[in-house]
Amino acid sequence: MKPSKGSPLPGLSLSLGYSVTYLSLLVLIPLSACFIKAASLSPAEFWNIVWSERTRAAYSLTFTTAFLAALINAVIGFLVAWVLVRYEFPFKRFVDAMIDLPLALPTAVAGLVYSSLYVESGWLGQYLVPLGINAAYTKFAIVWVLVFTGFPFVVRTVQPVLEEIEPEVEEAASILGASRLQIFLRILLPTVFPAILSGFAQAFARGLGEYGSVIFVSSNIPYKTELAPVLIVTRLEEMAFPEATAIATILLIASFLLLAFINTIEIWSKRLGK
Amino acid sequence: MANNPTNIVPLKKKRPEDPLWLRYLLTILALGVVTLIIGIPVFHVFFRAFEKGPMVYLDNLFGNPNTRHSILLTLSIAPRVVFLSVIFGVAAAWAIARFRFPGRTILLTLMDLPLAVSPVVAGLVFVLMFGMQGWMGDWLSKNNMQILFGTPALVLATCFVTLPYVVRELIPVLEAYGEEEELAAVSLGANGWQMFWRITLPNIRLALVYGIILCNARAMGEFGAVYVVSGRISGLNDTMPLRVEKLFQEYDMPAAFALASVLTFLALITLGVKTYLEKNIVHQQSDAGEKS
Repeated sequence: MKPSKGSPLPGLSLSLGYSVTYLSLLVLIPLSACFIKAASLSPAEFWNIVWSERTRAAYSLTFTTAFLAALINAVIGFLVAWVLVRYEFPFKRFVDAMIDLPLALPTAVAGLVYSSLYVESGWLGQYLVPLGINAAYTKFAIVWVLVFTGFPFVVRTVQPVLEEIEPEVEEAASILGASRLQIFLRILLPTVFPAILSGFAQAFARGLGEYGSVIFVSSNIPYKTELAPVLIVTRLEEMAFPEATAIATILLIASFLLLAFINTIEIWSKRLGK
Repeated sequence: MANNPTNIVPLKKKRPEDPLWLRYLLTILALGVVTLIIGIPVFHVFFRAFEKGPMVYLDNLFGNPNTRHSILLTLSIAPRVVFLSVIFGVAAAWAIARFRFPGRTILLTLMDLPLAVSPVVAGLVFVLMFGMQGWMGDWLSKNNMQILFGTPALVLATCFVTLPYVVRELIPVLEAYGEEEELAAVSLGANGWQMFWRITLPNIRLALVYGIILCNARAMGEFGAVYVVSGRISGLNDTMPLRVEKLFQEYDMPAAFALASVLTFLALITLGVKTYLEKNIVHQQSDAGEKS
């Protein structure tokens, strides 16, 4: 990459200087404070915190619930995107607009509503709890509210890709004798797969860090329904800063890896598109 | 190209159609999913909020001093956060969309970090910076300054999580417009600010409003990051979402839902404005594309 010399437009040094300063002060220096604090622990100390039974239980719960929620979102997100792109029905634009609600609605409100709907006396809980489906204060409750918070990601990554598939491609396949199922499995699904994967990863990343909604629907019992972000807050409230930082560091590394993964998929699918 | 009315180009519309039963089945399934995940919860918020009549609703909202204070606090924090994010967004988008410099890609990636970081961790890093045992804790207490557990920390933590919102909307629009008009203005003798106010800003204004709307929604609704830095001091540092949680803990459900209904209403307005702008930004961009 060569530095832009001789661009006649003004303001590079001012705009770049300001934005780099702002980004450093607000994000980079505070984040590195976390890593430096974690590095001040000896490896053995760090390991003892991160690999304690309670922390392990919290991590494994965080990763499994976020993974399951992202998986459910990959399926229902694809279904919803498919229907929005391919079929006509009344109030389609309204439904399309509502898909983004989980991004606009404060997570605390989501948690409040979901816990109220699915408790035994709630609107949906009164029918579901007798059936043995308990979506309040259980692991399933955590997964279900994470499905809500991550819902828009897969829909919004798959939708544009489905729209761009040329009808001619499908027509050609069908003239050549492919069945609907074959067209779906051999042409459509492989084309949208990178988009599904990208949406899945975004929903997964969102689920890993989620706090606002889950504290409402989970009973937050150590070893059972305590998620990693909840454990971080508990440690902070106990003034146990090293513990909180160590747990957070692992979570941070996981988010960085996911971000890198999402960027790689995007670059990869752009190349495929060309 | 996406704006061609489909009836003019009938060929484009011909996709091999799925059988009718499949179309009905999938549509009903998809609508069922959206109703279950989004529709019922939204309806539930308003139903529970207004269950006991409008007078009780208003009393729940404005009768309690702590709830009143939380509304005012959120209304005072959000504009500051939006202001800071807008200045950063415009500056960063200008540098990234108009210039090539070493480290440009890294800068783009770093700006996305706040989207990947857990809000709780975002709050934690400010505790590590400004807390009593933090990097600046000694210096701050010597100078009798407090950042943590006060409005400055709430603003900082919210700025952290909302940092990417404005800039991400501006970059593609700036790139779509190209730099011809700005180059023309500069070569005709406009100075940098004249060019910005007369050419750049009018061009990006819809995208800017779009970014502001998203940034504002996140700023008003943020929970995890502000929860950690607020110190949970009731009646002082509770923003609206934090107050909702506290009312929930106190089993004051009608009041929690009343406050939640205000936030939900705000989210619905955000969605409405967003949908309206999306339509217009697409038009604007395709116009810009035709020009170049």
